[in-house]
Amino acid sequence: MAKSRNSIASILAAAGIVAAGVYGTASAGPDDNQLIVEGQSMVTEAAAPEGVEVEKIYSGWRFRSSETQSLQMDDFENPAMPLVDIGTDIWGTEDGAAGKSCQSCHNDASDSMKGIRAGYPKWSDKRGKPHTLETQINECRTDRMEAKAWKWESSEMLSMTALVGFQSRGMPVNVTTDGPMTKWHDMGKDLYFTRVGQLNMSCANCHEDNYGNMIRADHLSQGQINGFPTYRLKWGGVGSSHRRFKGCMENIRAVAYKRGSDEFIALELYLASRGQGLSVETPAVRN
Amino acid sequence: MAKSKPRVKVPKTAKAGEIITIKTLISHKMETGLRKDKKSGELIPRKIINHFKAEFNGTTVFETVMEPAVSSNPYIQFKMKVPESGEVVFTWTDDDGSKYTTKKKIKVG
Amino acid sequence: MRLNRRQVLILGAGATAVAAAGVPTMSIAADDPTAQQVIDKFTGGAAATSGRVDLGTPEIAENGNTVPIQVSVESPMTTDDHVAEVLIVADGNPRPDVAVFKFTELSGEAAASTRIRLAKTQNVIAVAKMSDGSFFMAKNAVKVTIGGCGG
Ligand code: HEC
Ligand code: HEC
Repeated sequence: MAKSRNSIASILAAAGIVAAGVYGTASAGPDDNQLIVEGQSMVTEAAAPEGVEVEKIYSGWRFRSSETQSLQMDDFENPAMPLVDIGTDIWGTEDGAAGKSCQSCHNDASDSMKGIRAGYPKWSDKRGKPHTLETQINECRTDRMEAKAWKWESSEMLSMTALVGFQSRGMPVNVTTDGPMTKWHDMGKDLYFTRVGQLNMSCANCHEDNYGNMIRADHLSQGQINGFPTYRLKWGGVGSSHRRFKGCMENIRAVAYKRGSDEFIALELYLASRGQGLSVETPAVRN
Repeated sequence: MAKSKPRVKVPKTAKAGEIITIKTLISHKMETGLRKDKKSGELIPRKIINHFKAEFNGTTVFETVMEPAVSSNPYIQFKMKVPESGEVVFTWTDDDGSKYTTKKKIKVG
Repeated sequence: MRLNRRQVLILGAGATAVAAAGVPTMSIAADDPTAQQVIDKFTGGAAATSGRVDLGTPEIAENGNTVPIQVSVESPMTTDDHVAEVLIVADGNPRPDVAVFKFTELSGEAAASTRIRLAKTQNVIAVAKMSDGSFFMAKNAVKVTIGGCGG
């Protein structure tokens, strides 16, 4: 059942938090702007997937200022796009003892990688656990190209996940959470609702209970991951969803899990499932 | 980022005398020289793109002198009056002396 | 769940420290010029008149690392009468100089956009040097907010 947003706002007001000016305008909610990129219309709101306790789900884009929003509306102004170009160069470059490039096996990325990002994380029998795009790409590098694995947050990996993700832009997030994925989904869900850190808070406390409210000067979104890897103005560069998770955990003074850890893979899967139906926006721009 | 990658957006065709909009972006950290390394506490040396120039058939159209306050991945948009068919050459200059260039043709018709 | 005051204050404190690392808020060199000194050097001490310069900045910037600005100056852009240069200054940055745009007859219009770093809430100033040696300016206040958290 959906919670009433009004009651949360009034609780905040009653607690003096809104009035104290810590929250700017309380409960401003998502705006009504439409995200159209290069003529393609993106789905930035959708019905809440089953079991997700919000009225509707919204892309983080809907909570950003119009200046930040506009950076994502024109591929030329999107500061993450050079990374997609770099990814395209790497795609066609041979590397490793097998003398192969991604292109040797996958040909044109715009065909072979279409829709791939929308279904990740995805179960891997070989690994006996889910693959994220990063682990899948590294598997191709180490096992098939006999090349060195890329580091999670390296510019090569981010360029490649940006390039691969870009081929799904505009397609709905559609991850599988049944079968062997159930266990991972449930583990991610647990993590999402578990209070951690010195502030004793969970992801849900901010992104489910308080989205739409201002936390200091920041407009809280639902913490969706449909835009990753994402260009953040604060980072001055592109980062993975795991980097963002880590940052959020450190902000509540918790010891963050490592990028690529089972915990973050489970959280990524669960968050993806909370965004089912939103368009993939890779590479998105946030503040 | 490993290397700097320029991107430019220029209309392929224009009418003679038309004023067109040109957009440019180059991937670059624009290290300000004011930041400290988190681990060592040492200042990270400044390394920015300090100059941008656009030339058309050998004549300067537009230049920008940049300071560290220009954001990473510098974006510059400007106008150009197209007198004839030709080629725009874009050049970015790095603090370390390297130059990055790219070219775009415009046809007047 | 509501955030209590202590939680919010701690979040805020953390965010400030992070922001300081991202945007240059500390002045290092003692000889950094002031905004006025940068402008005086550009104008050679001549006075700049308000007007003719249209400066576009957001009222509130979501993050000081990337603030879009655009400037245009009214001018026929002919050999005899054109805008030569436009200086951009941010008066609250440790180093106030930001950029100088240089136009030519081929520019057609004296208009340019870029994205800049602002260390805090401050004024952005654009000063245009005309071909006849006169100067015009515009000044806008930009409020820079510091994100509460979110890594
Ligand atoms: C020697 C051939 C080969 C090379 C080289 C190769 N791959 Fe693969 N890749 C495969 C095969 C085979 C699969 C299917 C694996 C499976 O279905 O279990 C695959 C699967 C993938 C997938 C998952 C597709 C899906 O349907 O989920 C991605 C993404 C991918 N590769 C990216 C890359 C990238 C990026 C590179 C270059 C860094 C690369 N691959 C290099 C053979 C290759
Ligand atoms: C104290 C509040 C708070 C908590 C707790 C918190 N976050 Fe965040 N998070 C933020 C803020 C503020 C932002 C930036 C504004 C926004 O998009 O909501 C953010 C942004 C994000 C984003 C980026 C959204 C986008 O559109 O790109 C993701 C993903 C995210 N958080 C995930 C998490 C996860 C996972 C957890 C739990 C481990 C978590 N957050 C806990 C405050 C919080």
